[in-house]
Amino acid sequence: MDFLVMNEGFPLLSVLIFMPLAGALVTMFLPSESAARAWALIVTTACALLSISLYTGFDASTAQYQFGEHHPWISQWNINYTLGVDGISLLLILLTTMIMPFCVLASWNYIAKRVKAFMVCLMVMECAMIGVFAALDFVLFYILWEAMLIPMYLIIGIWGGPRKIYASIKFFIYTLAGSVMLLVAIIALYLTSAPHTFSIPMLMGGQYSSTFQLLVFLAFFLAFAIKVPMFPFHTWLPAAHVEAPTAGSVILASILLKMGTYGFLRFCLPITPLATITLMPYILWLSVVAILYGGFTALAQKDMKKLIAYSSVGHMGFVTLGIFVLNVQGIEGAILQMINHGVTTGALFLCVGMIYERTHSRELDQASGIGKQMPIFVTFLAFFSLSSLAFPGTNSFIGEFLILAGGFSRNLIIAGAAIPGAILAAAYMLRMLQKVIWGGVDNPKQKLNDLNGREMVILAPFLLFVFWIGLGPEPFLSVMHTSVAHLLEQVASAANSTAVVGLMP
Amino acid sequence: MLFAPELILLLGSLLLFIFTLTANNNHARKMAVLIGIAASIVSIASINQNGFLFFKAYQIDMFSQLFKVLITISMTVVLLFSNEMKDITPRMKPEYYLFLVLSSLGLVMLVSSVELITLFVALELSSFSLYLMVPMRDDREGLRTQMEAGVKYIMFAVMTTGIMLFGMSYLFGLTGTTYLSEIADLLPKLIKEPAAIVGIAMVLSGFLFKLAVFPFHFWVPDVYQGAANETTSFIASVPKLGAVAILIRITMLAAPEGTMIVKLLVICAICSMFYGNLAALVQKDIKRLLGFSGIAHAGFVLLGLLTLQQEGYATSIFYIVGYVLMNMACFLVLCQVSKKGENIEIADLSGLYHRSPLMAFTLATGMMALAGIPPFVGFMGKFMLLAGALQAKQLTLVILAALNTAIAIYYYLSVLKVAYCDQPTATDAIEVNFTTKALSIALILAIITMGVIPEQMLTIANQAVAALL
Repeated sequence: MDFLVMNEGFPLLSVLIFMPLAGALVTMFLPSESAARAWALIVTTACALLSISLYTGFDASTAQYQFGEHHPWISQWNINYTLGVDGISLLLILLTTMIMPFCVLASWNYIAKRVKAFMVCLMVMECAMIGVFAALDFVLFYILWEAMLIPMYLIIGIWGGPRKIYASIKFFIYTLAGSVMLLVAIIALYLTSAPHTFSIPMLMGGQYSSTFQLLVFLAFFLAFAIKVPMFPFHTWLPAAHVEAPTAGSVILASILLKMGTYGFLRFCLPITPLATITLMPYILWLSVVAILYGGFTALAQKDMKKLIAYSSVGHMGFVTLGIFVLNVQGIEGAILQMINHGVTTGALFLCVGMIYERTHSRELDQASGIGKQMPIFVTFLAFFSLSSLAFPGTNSFIGEFLILAGGFSRNLIIAGAAIPGAILAAAYMLRMLQKVIWGGVDNPKQKLNDLNGREMVILAPFLLFVFWIGLGPEPFLSVMHTSVAHLLEQVASAANSTAVVGLMP
Repeated sequence: MLFAPELILLLGSLLLFIFTLTANNNHARKMAVLIGIAASIVSIASINQNGFLFFKAYQIDMFSQLFKVLITISMTVVLLFSNEMKDITPRMKPEYYLFLVLSSLGLVMLVSSVELITLFVALELSSFSLYLMVPMRDDREGLRTQMEAGVKYIMFAVMTTGIMLFGMSYLFGLTGTTYLSEIADLLPKLIKEPAAIVGIAMVLSGFLFKLAVFPFHFWVPDVYQGAANETTSFIASVPKLGAVAILIRITMLAAPEGTMIVKLLVICAICSMFYGNLAALVQKDIKRLLGFSGIAHAGFVLLGLLTLQQEGYATSIFYIVGYVLMNMACFLVLCQVSKKGENIEIADLSGLYHRSPLMAFTLATGMMALAGIPPFVGFMGKFMLLAGALQAKQLTLVILAALNTAIAIYYYLSVLKVAYCDQPTATDAIEVNFTTKALSIALILAIITMGVIPEQMLTIANQAVAALL
């Protein structure tokens, strides 16, 4: 257990994981729907506040997993309940806990039927999502990874738009089909390791033959690439995004997609380094294709949610690009971009939700020219759009800059090919912004109210993070630095022991 | 009191026989429930018994006693949730209960049988009761589907019974004994002989038929559909326990050199999974759907058996127990939704959530567990079966099985979708009595507990298998 700094006393991670679950159980017994709303807000906010102590108590100088908890679970199979965070998962847990209260707030009026059940779904989701980022045992990880699908399926399937059934089943089957192969890979790793273990950190140190690594990598890749989603596994995403209610879209974009890239970082790189290095060029090209494809498709969208969904494909392409260039800037940029995308795209989906609550349409044409009636709203929207297109001074700029810097030091052609993606982002975002603020003023429309207090409270923190990360990213980068360096060491040491030395920086 | 659980069931069926003469319907049901409860308690109490009976043809050990507990409890659960047996012809109700208890008696005896003739007699006792129960459904629509189902069931069963008997004669001919333990001692030397392989395979077929494994699955959809809901609930769960128990006993004969038998089982497993899942995709009648899904799950159970190792056998037991739990959760809901005992189509479940949230949740838990999604028992079982099969170097089989999990999701989800997302066609609330409520909550808790903390059950299963080796 030398990889794990054991937790003395308060089991912070377990509390963070099970608090929402306990909250969900309590919700079932609450008397009214408004009580359920308030209760969900209390629970998620408490979780968010509690998670801050994760950040303050984190020692950024070591790459060990911290806040560790370790209990035997199913001893016959050597399955344990092991939790711990490093600099990478810490940020993602924080992102999760911070986003959740806003998802509750965004559903305040938007969700009108079966409010209780909705809040239960949200809280169960939170439990599973925090758990996925904190799990250090493969079986625990897999169980939480899959368990997350059920509440999301229900969120889309019950509270979604007109084609909700189609979208939810497609979402479920796609992600599940990917993850069953993940399960096979996990079992294969277990059987190959000696002594047999499901412990993720222990498996990272294992020596596996290159053929075995390749097979495991491909199984991993299928599961994670579907989740990200990478081109050509992305087809479930637009449907799911468009049909999901606002909170569902926010969770999908901000957190669920990150699980795929988190999987690449946590499993593919350290456990199958040789396969990662062998397949790196192909995945980089695939990322470039995703960036360009996402950009072009977003440009053609008339539905705002679809536009943002396709832009996500592009943005996540940048993240995978950053991960697989396999150097410090690239990976740090990728992790930061994961957070950025969570903040920015989450906020954009919230904005679309607010428009939808007023106009009952997500069509860009229907929303055109609302700038005059809703000046505060469009100000927010403008900032988030600028952030999405990586305007200097906003968060995404730092992320994309680091990724491209990492990319250029790896391969000039690939990084160069990704550049038009940034320009495309500017094109589709500005097109949307232009239409919403100034387009078709004579559009006959009912009187639209500008943002109310609750809505401003929802959007303001996102804006804060956009500029905080944009202007002073140091607190975010410093947390992950040691962990990322350690990750690259793991890959490099595996590479050095074989003939592929020349590839490493 | 080595024979106590059997004795209770035997005396119980005699009592029920008296009821058939007086034809008092209500009391018959109460009596059957009481017998079930008494048998369950007694089998739990006698779980640690050890010994032989009837010239060593009948063995009492941890293995047999565990299965007795499972069989008697499952029987009681079926009796409890099928409140009124709405679609059993009223005048036949006492007989119905009589045969139900007799069939359980047969199964209970089956799991203790360690001699070919005893095995055969016990199997036939349980089977013949079932053949009689299937056509007992009230022929309200005059379609006589229950007759067709009954005839199909008996015809196919007779055929496989013949094959099985033939196989038994092979084993007897080769070894000169009908005792399984003696056969097990002699067989390793003969296992490479075609006659031995054919013999074991033929004996296996009789029990693969009970478990509804491809290619012995033909009876499943029609019998499931044609029989009354309660009968199907019973047929779909309880006999499968007995079948797994005996399959473990028989496959053990093949260990460890029986590569040919393993190959046969692998083929059966793959075919079962694909056939079951693909056919289930297009079903409208929910009992047929569950029937096909049962064929697929039977394929999964074989994954544990074909490892020919203790852990694999234990996982198979774990899986079949889990399967019975989740299957019962689904059938419990069906029996409640079906007002007059009619067959339920998937469309009839639409908006179930509005009509009874508890029933919808029970169905959801059952379906999710069947689909193998964590944290339910179905996942844990599948996970361990896949791990065991991978350890036995069956990579192709494991990948195909994993693929099947993904296919199966679709039809399980469609049922859920109908229950939760669709608008109800019938708006009246479903009345659920206290027993059923308590049962459904207990089933949900069991399905989740076994999924999250499987250790206890696994330990018991391991001990049970260890008693055999």
